[in-house]
Amino acid sequence: MAEPLVRFEGVRKAYGPAASGYAVRQLDLAVERGELLTLLGPSGSGKTTTLMMLAGFELPSEGRILLEGRDIARLPPHKRGIGVVFQSYALFPHMSVAENVGFPLEVRGVPKAERAGRVAKALAMVRLEGFDERRPAQLSGGQQQRIALARAMVFEPPIVLLDEPLGALDKALREEMQYEIRALHQRLGLTMMYVTHDQAEALTLSDRIAVFEGGLIRQLAPPREIYERPANAFVAGFVGENNRLPGKVLAAEDDLVRVALDCGPEVSARPVDCGPPGSRCCVTIRPERIAVAPVAPEDLGEGALAARLQEAIFQGDHVRLRLSLGQGEEARGEVLVKRPVGGGQLPGIGGPAALAWEAAHALAFAV
Amino acid sequence: MRPARILLWAFGLLALLFLVAPVLAVLPLSFSAGAFLSYPLPGLSLRWYADFWTSNFWLPALWNSLRIGAGAALLAGTFGTLAAFGLWRARFPGRTLVLAVAMAPMVVPAIVVAVALLLAFGPLGLSNSFTGLVLAHATLGMPFVVVTVLAALEQFDPVQLRAAAACGASPVRAFRRVCLPQILPGVAAGALFAFATSLDEVTITLFLAGPAQRTLPRQMFSGLNDQLSLTIMAAAMVMVLLSVLLLLAVTLLRRRGNTSSR
Repeated sequence: MAEPLVRFEGVRKAYGPAASGYAVRQLDLAVERGELLTLLGPSGSGKTTTLMMLAGFELPSEGRILLEGRDIARLPPHKRGIGVVFQSYALFPHMSVAENVGFPLEVRGVPKAERAGRVAKALAMVRLEGFDERRPAQLSGGQQQRIALARAMVFEPPIVLLDEPLGALDKALREEMQYEIRALHQRLGLTMMYVTHDQAEALTLSDRIAVFEGGLIRQLAPPREIYERPANAFVAGFVGENNRLPGKVLAAEDDLVRVALDCGPEVSARPVDCGPPGSRCCVTIRPERIAVAPVAPEDLGEGALAARLQEAIFQGDHVRLRLSLGQGEEARGEVLVKRPVGGGQLPGIGGPAALAWEAAHALAFAV
Repeated sequence: MRPARILLWAFGLLALLFLVAPVLAVLPLSFSAGAFLSYPLPGLSLRWYADFWTSNFWLPALWNSLRIGAGAALLAGTFGTLAAFGLWRARFPGRTLVLAVAMAPMVVPAIVVAVALLLAFGPLGLSNSFTGLVLAHATLGMPFVVVTVLAALEQFDPVQLRAAAACGASPVRAFRRVCLPQILPGVAAGALFAFATSLDEVTITLFLAGPAQRTLPRQMFSGLNDQLSLTIMAAAMVMVLLSVLLLLAVTLLRRRGNTSSR
C-alpha cells in the first residue's frame, strides 16, 4: 500500500496547560494522495486546530505530523510548502490580482516571464482570465475566494488546505463554489483538506468525511456511509436530519434488536453500538425513510406507530410533516417526516396517522 | 438656540486667533524695511530674507536643522515602526511596560532628558556631535511613530501575515512585502512628526550641540541675546513655512491612508 500523503500520529493539542483540556485529544489520521477529505464538526470540536497544525500555525503538544514521510510538526509554516485558503480570503489589498496569485512564485524566485505564464494558467483554472490588473477590493466575494484558491494552488503544493472557505458567501454562491471546488479537485487530482461545519457542504464535496466532536474523530468514512451508516449517535444526529426516539433494549433477534420506545410501542432496529438487553438506547430514523398514512388507531397494522399530524409545511420539492407520537390525549415526543410532493393522501391537521418504516433503516445506538 | 450658536462660533474664532496671532505678528515684521522690532512698519522690503540667505550665521543652521531632522526622522521611523509592529504582534509579559518606556520621551520634561543625555553621552564621546544630536532627537520623535504606526496596524488584517507565510514568505519578507506597504502612510506620518519635533527642539540642542551643530531654533535663541536683527523674523518665517509644508504632507498622507483602506 502506498504511503499516505499526510499522517497525523498520536497528535494532541492543548492550549495552555494540559489540565485545562485538549482542543485535539487524540488524532491518528491519514490523508491519501488525491483525495478531498473534509473535517466536519461543530465549533470547538478540534477541526480547525487540526488544519492549523498541518498548516503550521499551531504547534501540536504531542505527536508527529508526517508530510510525504517527513515530520513537519515543528517546521515553520513558510517552509512547509502547503497551500492554504482562509475564510476571510486574506488577499493582499495593495497588490493586483496577478501580483497576489504570483506572490508564492515571487517568493520562490521564479523568473518573471515564467511567473506570468503560470499566473495566467492559475487564473484560467478558476475562470478569472483577464482579471490580472484588478485590485481585490474591485472583486465580488466569490471572485475573491477564487483568487485565494488560485494563489493557494499556483505553486503546485502537495496539498491545499481550506478553512471554511465559503463561510462568508451567500447560499446560492456557496453551492456554486462547492461544485467548482469539487470540479477543480477532480480535474487536477489535487489533494485537499477542507474544514466546514456545514454538513450539506461536506456531503457535496468530500471523498471522505472525518466527523469531529470534542477533540476526537467520531467517524471517518465516505459521505454516503456517514449518512446511511453513522457509527454513533453523535454522527447520526449531526449529519443530516434525524429523528431520535429514546427507549430500552429488550432482546436481540437475528441482525436486529427489539427496542421498547419510551413513547409506548416496540420497534425493531439495526444495532450499531447499543448495549445488552436492559440497557438504554436511542433509535434514529431519517425523516425521508418514514411512510405516513391517514389511518385510524383501530386500523393500525402490525408494527405501525400511532401518531397525530401537527403541521404540514410545503417546501417546494417536499413536504415536511411534524407529528406527535401517540393518538391519545398525551403527546409523547415528536417525529419529523419528509415526503415528496404528491406522495399520496395526507392526514388532516390534527388527524390520526400511522407511521411505518423498514427495520433496516432504524438504527439503535447506546446513549 | 441661535445666540448659543453665535457664541460658539465667536469662541472658536477667538481660540483660533489666539493660536495664530504670534505668527500673524511676526509675518509683517519679517518684511519690514526698517531695523527695529516695532510697528508701524517704515516700509516693505525683502532685505532680511536676503540677509538670511547670504548669512553664514543662519544658513549653516538651517542646513543643520534639515540634516538632523532628516536623520532623526529616519531613525525614529525605522525603530518606531519595528517597536510598534512587535507590540502589536506579540502578547508578552511586560508589554505595557515596554509601551510605556517607548512613549516616555513624550511626557518626560525635555530638560530632564537633556541633562540625562549630557551625562550619558559625555563618556561615549557623543556630546557635541552630529550623531549624538540625531540620536537624541530620534528618541524624542519615536513615540509619534509608535502611535501612528499602531493606529495604521489597527486597520491591517493579521491573517494576511499567515497567508503570506502559507505562500512561502519568511516573516521578514512577509513584513516587508505585505505589511509595510499597507502601513506606510502611518510610518511616513510618524516620521514627519518626528522631523517636526526635531526642527522645533531647542532644549536638548542647547545642552548637546557644539558650534558645528547649531540648529535654526538654537541660532534664533542666541540671536535674540546677541544682536537683535530682524533677520530672526525671516528665520522664524522660514520655520513657519517648513511647519506648514509638514502639516500639509501629513494631511495628504492621512487622506491617502483613508482611501487605501477601503
